Amino acid sequence: MGTYILKRIMAIIPIFLLAILLTFGMIHLSPVDPAEAYLSAAHIQPTDEMLAQKRHEFGLDQPLHVQYVNSIIKICQFDFGISYLSNKPVWDEVTYRMPATIQLALGSIILAVLVSVPLGFLAGIKKNSGIDHFSRLLSFFGASIPSFWLGYLLIFFFSVKLDLFPVEGIGTWQHLVLPSVTLALPLIALYTRLLRASVLENLQEPYILFARTRGIHEKVIMGKHVLRIAISPMITGLGMNLGKLLTGTIIVEAVFSWPGFGRYFIEAIFNRDVPVIQCYVLLAAGLFIISNLIVDLIQMCIDPRISRKGGQHQ
Amino acid sequence: MITSLRIMMRSQKVVVLCSIILSFLLIITILAPWIAPNDPIAVNLANKLQPSSFEYPLGTDHLGRCTLSRILYGARISLGFATLIFISSLGIGLIVGTIAGYKGGWLDQVLMRLCDGVMAFPNLLLILGLVGILGPGLKQVILALMLVQWVYYARIFRGMVLSLKEQNYIAAAKISGSSQWKIIKKHIVPNVLPPLAVMGTLEMGWAIMDISAMSFLGLGVQPPTPEWGAMIHEGKSYIRTNPELMLYPGLMIMLVVVTFNLLGEALSERFGVKRR
Repeated sequence: MGTYILKRIMAIIPIFLLAILLTFGMIHLSPVDPAEAYLSAAHIQPTDEMLAQKRHEFGLDQPLHVQYVNSIIKICQFDFGISYLSNKPVWDEVTYRMPATIQLALGSIILAVLVSVPLGFLAGIKKNSGIDHFSRLLSFFGASIPSFWLGYLLIFFFSVKLDLFPVEGIGTWQHLVLPSVTLALPLIALYTRLLRASVLENLQEPYILFARTRGIHEKVIMGKHVLRIAISPMITGLGMNLGKLLTGTIIVEAVFSWPGFGRYFIEAIFNRDVPVIQCYVLLAAGLFIISNLIVDLIQMCIDPRISRKGGQHQ
Repeated sequence: MITSLRIMMRSQKVVVLCSIILSFLLIITILAPWIAPNDPIAVNLANKLQPSSFEYPLGTDHLGRCTLSRILYGARISLGFATLIFISSLGIGLIVGTIAGYKGGWLDQVLMRLCDGVMAFPNLLLILGLVGILGPGLKQVILALMLVQWVYYARIFRGMVLSLKEQNYIAAAKISGSSQWKIIKKHIVPNVLPPLAVMGTLEMGWAIMDISAMSFLGLGVQPPTPEWGAMIHEGKSYIRTNPELMLYPGLMIMLVVVTFNLLGEALSERFGVKRR
């Protein structure tokens, strides 16, 4: 099992290098010349001489493979370059905005789990009941409603009409409610659907029938056998959909004027602030790779069959 | 047997209903210039934020433009570009999938790993990344959507080519003297059409949602062009006084996306295609 974990961790290194290569290529494919963008952001009329000097400073006059190795070394030290716009290190700007986004993401994950686990479970064990129909309706509309519109609907009803929550901004827990609900609804839709399907599948398994013939109490069967096994695909779903959560935060932050990383990214796209865009893409890829790894490891703890399979591959 | 029959009947109804809604939308899209009561981009500040009247059935926005006309013209942008994306990503998918399936070997491996990689990330994140490189604008958003969505079709077409190469019934048809055209018509098309139809309808819904999300963020359609996502973006400042400005375009987006999703689900149930 130890060697399997080690192998999984080693396997992410080439993926990281590939992701860095892609973002590295991104800067070179982009029509924006970093030296020119930097000078124009600093309101300096670029001359050929100054451009050449800046290019030398950024290391852009070196051969490509040297630049690639240099960028790997820099990224390992969390040096993502300097923002064209603000002239400050990108990493400082990012870490300054990160807590707001993490707060939002955590709020909606907790909400999504709190709603979808009971709902999906009940819908699964009571198929075709009222709660099942409700869960299916919710999953359908949750997947079809554009989240930016949902956000404004919530603002309209709960802030403008009922005056329960603030319209936008950050600070108290009231500020967190509407953005979290907006962000959580598509996740609730997805997880409820996933859990319902996997509960239904589990109920067909022979070990459930066996447990019933042994006369084990229905509650114990449901809790110990059905729910525990059924939750496993949901954990995979949780990890796989972190990316969805990330794009969700971009839109929700735009709706609620939430001062997070997503809004910073959109501003960077408008301003063609390439180092910031590169940093966002790399962090998204990193988050994705690591969350997949963690999900795999958790799965391994829950379901010992997986690590045995991993052992067989060796 | 009875349940499958019931499912068929139910999905039949849904398919009919969705088709009616979609043909209605199609008519709107085509006839927009003739049925729109006003010019969608004519600014008239004297008439701004008017309630609904005979001249402006859904009222006017902050620049005095007719909301109904803008919604009708907005259908052209959403449905038109979604169709364009559908056709072009289908084309790319056809070429790549056929090459991958036909050649096999390392080329197939590389292309399919590329597809895996693209599918692993959510579409909107990839589109945002690509728009980040290419710069904001409708053209860039359309291009980014094409570059992301072809992978699903490539998969389907690759499977088609593989079955063409390996399946016994194809070999049997060949041996029994069926012509190439007949094999394609009788054996290949019936197999590839259901997943293609399901994928296509679902993708239309995603494309419309993504285009409007990008326009909402201000990265897609640029003003004054009428587009539903952009209209919500413009209407948000008037949420206290004129909530209908963001309500109507949102309803339209939802109607279209729900219709495409329902249709996709009904088709996949009908044909027994597994959804991803």
